[in-house]
Amino acid sequence: MRGLIRSFWLIPLVILVVLAVSGVARAQEANPTVTDDDVNRIAKGLYCPVCENIPLDVCGTQACQQWRDLIREKLGEGWSDEQIKTYFVNQYGDRVLAEPPRRGINWLVYLVPPLAFLLGIFILVKALRSWKAGSGVPEAEGTADAPGQPPADEYIKRLEEELRRNQ
Amino acid sequence: MDAVSIPENNAPETQENTVRTRRIGWGIVFLLVIGLLVMIYLQLDKVRQGPIGKGDEVPNFTLTTFNNEQVTLEEHRGKVVLLNFWASWCKPCEQEAADLEMAWRFYQPRGDVLFLGVDYVDTEPEALAYLEKFEITYPNGPDLGTRISQQFRIRGVPETYIIDQQGRLVDFQIGPFTSLNQIKAKIDPLLTP
Repeated sequence: MRGLIRSFWLIPLVILVVLAVSGVARAQEANPTVTDDDVNRIAKGLYCPVCENIPLDVCGTQACQQWRDLIREKLGEGWSDEQIKTYFVNQYGDRVLAEPPRRGINWLVYLVPPLAFLLGIFILVKALRSWKAGSGVPEAEGTADAPGQPPADEYIKRLEEELRRNQ
Repeated sequence: MDAVSIPENNAPETQENTVRTRRIGWGIVFLLVIGLLVMIYLQLDKVRQGPIGKGDEVPNFTLTTFNNEQVTLEEHRGKVVLLNFWASWCKPCEQEAADLEMAWRFYQPRGDVLFLGVDYVDTEPEALAYLEKFEITYPNGPDLGTRISQQFRIRGVPETYIIDQQGRLVDFQIGPFTSLNQIKAKIDPLLTP
């Protein structure tokens, strides 16, 4: 009988333990373990100002380790990638971002290379056309009747013909 | 001599138009390139400006401390200000931390000296642990957006700047202070006995 009473007192204890374990499990579900890949996904888009030109995901300094720990902590709290990046920008400035934000003078980074490329193509095409025209006119028209360079332009050619005729 | 007969196909006009269009096109390209070069120059000029020199007026800034208090430099005109840049990950900073705190406790009762700590590129939990470890009591705060360190164009941490009562930079220390006397030697000449 005494054994039965002892067992009776154990029941609430067992219930409490089960509740506690299930509570912990639920908490872990809501706050899943953050992997190194998760941290590095964000870290590779950030640069610590202390270690110039080394992305945060591969930088070995203590400052960068602390930053990665901070990313892990924020991810654990359920922050999104964008929220974390915004937090870092607010704390340390735009220069921590691998890609400069699209505003102000930063637009040059995005606009100048394609514009320079297009300009280069334009100049190349123009140059090729003029070379082609320069080498093609005498053969096609056979107008090497004047000394020196044959006139490439139709108008000049006709003007010269008129002048010759009127001499 | 007969007059030269001009062809009726408006060739001169067409040619003139072509030349004009070309000139305008090249003019636009030229202006764009000049504009781009000016923008790049202005940006580089900003970067190339060296740190604040001795005798220069220190630009105003506001430091938000870890206790969420605002400390504005201009509001402390009339005081000697010691501005120390540090970080929790910076080992040399630890060498001077205790001496700085001792100096602060020495000068604080006078009321005409202010110590400010600017935490450079750091994470808050580690920064707070650092302040607790060295029992630092003078105002300290993060360098939000690295704005203050960029104003001073610091090259690393620790760096310390001494600002006189008129808001001019009178001295600086690159690297850690090695003793309390070294700190006092920079502040005492600025104080009236």
